Amino acid sequence: MSAELLRLRRWPVLWVLLGVGVTLDLLFGYVFDYLSYRTGSRPVSEDAPLLAGLLPAGVPVTTVEGMPMFGGAILLILGALAAGSGYGWGTWKTVLIVAPSRVSAFGGLLGALGVVAAGLVAATFAVNFAAAAGVAAAESRSFAPPDLAGLAAAAGGALLMHAMWTACGVLLGVLARGPALAAGLGMVWTLAVENLLRGTGNVLAPVATVAGLLPGTAAGSLAGALGAVPFADGGTPGVLSTLDGGPAALLVAAWTALSVTAAGVLLLRRDVS
Amino acid sequence: MLGPMTQTMVTTDRLTRRYGTRAVVDGVSLTVRTAEVYGFLGPNGAGKTTTLRMILGLVRPTSGTVTVVARRTGALIEGPGFYPYLSGRDNLRVVARHRGLPDTAATTVLDRVGLDGGAAFRTYSLGMKQRLGVAAALLGDPDLLILDEPTNGLDPGGTAAMRGLLRDLASEGRTVLLSSHLLGEVQEVCDRVGVINGGRLVAESTVAAIRGDATLFVRAEPLGVALSVAGLVAGPATLAGSGLRCAGPAAPLVRALVAAGVEVYEVRTVERSLEDVFFDLTDGSGAVPGPAPGASGAEAGSGPVPAAGDRGGAA
Repeated sequence: MSAELLRLRRWPVLWVLLGVGVTLDLLFGYVFDYLSYRTGSRPVSEDAPLLAGLLPAGVPVTTVEGMPMFGGAILLILGALAAGSGYGWGTWKTVLIVAPSRVSAFGGLLGALGVVAAGLVAATFAVNFAAAAGVAAAESRSFAPPDLAGLAAAAGGALLMHAMWTACGVLLGVLARGPALAAGLGMVWTLAVENLLRGTGNVLAPVATVAGLLPGTAAGSLAGALGAVPFADGGTPGVLSTLDGGPAALLVAAWTALSVTAAGVLLLRRDVS
Repeated sequence: MLGPMTQTMVTTDRLTRRYGTRAVVDGVSLTVRTAEVYGFLGPNGAGKTTTLRMILGLVRPTSGTVTVVARRTGALIEGPGFYPYLSGRDNLRVVARHRGLPDTAATTVLDRVGLDGGAAFRTYSLGMKQRLGVAAALLGDPDLLILDEPTNGLDPGGTAAMRGLLRDLASEGRTVLLSSHLLGEVQEVCDRVGVINGGRLVAESTVAAIRGDATLFVRAEPLGVALSVAGLVAGPATLAGSGLRCAGPAAPLVRALVAAGVEVYEVRTVERSLEDVFFDLTDGSGAVPGPAPGASGAEAGSGPVPAAGDRGGAA
């Protein structure tokens, strides 16, 4: 894993993606909402809940809001590029020649990406706490932290969602044996196809059943179960109330396991050129 | 056949790889002995790289087996694969870590191939990339090195340096399996060679045996009498251009020719180069007929290659 961490750490693409992820989180989680609050562009009745979400106590919910869709897309791209680029550069060949086994080489990549995902979760929470403290100071409001149970649940949920999208990206990268097609397919899937299927599900029951099992549904429902307001109720895009928390978490874990297993089997069985 | 005391490092047994109905590698049985430099030759598309990939476990054989008894294998296959944004040194550190080696191992091998390793890999010339690939193969002091066209992209100086490095590696007792198009290079550094064509191993032997014995070219008049005398003194003789060709040694033959009243104008020794043999075996273009139908690679490669027709030796 240290080898994969070394090459990921020096990879400019990683820092660009993480930077974009944190920036989007900050913009959509705090900056735009705070500007909206300050300029009074929303009904007065929404001011109190809006501000509550921007204070330190609201950090867990505000943080997980953006993870089902935007955060997911970024982690999926990261996974696809990290696994798929190795085919174009020929580095899979180099690694598989020297690694003790294909399993250890694949495990090293997964472990390193897991560290990256956990680091992103930690960084996002840290940035959001800093932003929330700034809002509390500016508005002379409470600096009271969130309860630890809620914070732990949100951090765990965030990590689950990031792990799932990263694993899906890795699967696409291995499947496509290249980064471009994998990243493109992933973007289309997360930002378009899943939403279209959920829309079609509103008029076709069988499609709704399938849509209820999709990774985006699982992640969105998990965020909803952690307190984020569903998009249908005026909340954040990607947040859903389709599944309860337990089933949603299980489905996220199942997609993670399925993606890792499928990618692993492909990497173990296929020729490497 | 190998003697009972000869140790083998790599053995393939009827190794075959098919893509659809096309056999890219067809029943290749080769043996690389411990501490020898084995040249693996063949025209483009003959199946060399696929065979090497199967030996390294990168490609699954359709049938047949590979046995590698190396403690540690280093390889450079069809060009080096490295992270373009990392420096050469950091790329080697990544490889070293995959091998479970300390980062300092990178410095040792960089020195050995004469690279600084500071710049990003994407800025490297083809020759530098190739040398970095060899450096990566040397990480961890491997006892088996598999090098596929290691001189690709190297300038004459780089090629000479690589040849020297190969000799050094061989003198250290490492086993080297070398695929190369540079037949002069192979002839100089290899102990044994295997020639693959159309997916089949068409010859496998020592360089000396595969080149065959040197012959004599004799230009004399009258040629008919010279041919008869040579046949009596030196065994079967054949016409070759303006002279005749037969086995040596030269002194008794010349004495016999002079005694028979033959005017001898020229006598010289003709040695077939590995290149001559390679072209004979591969028909000069790679579109060679391989071994006879039904013959396995093992059968084809079980002994020295029979001398093929004359190719320019007496010109």
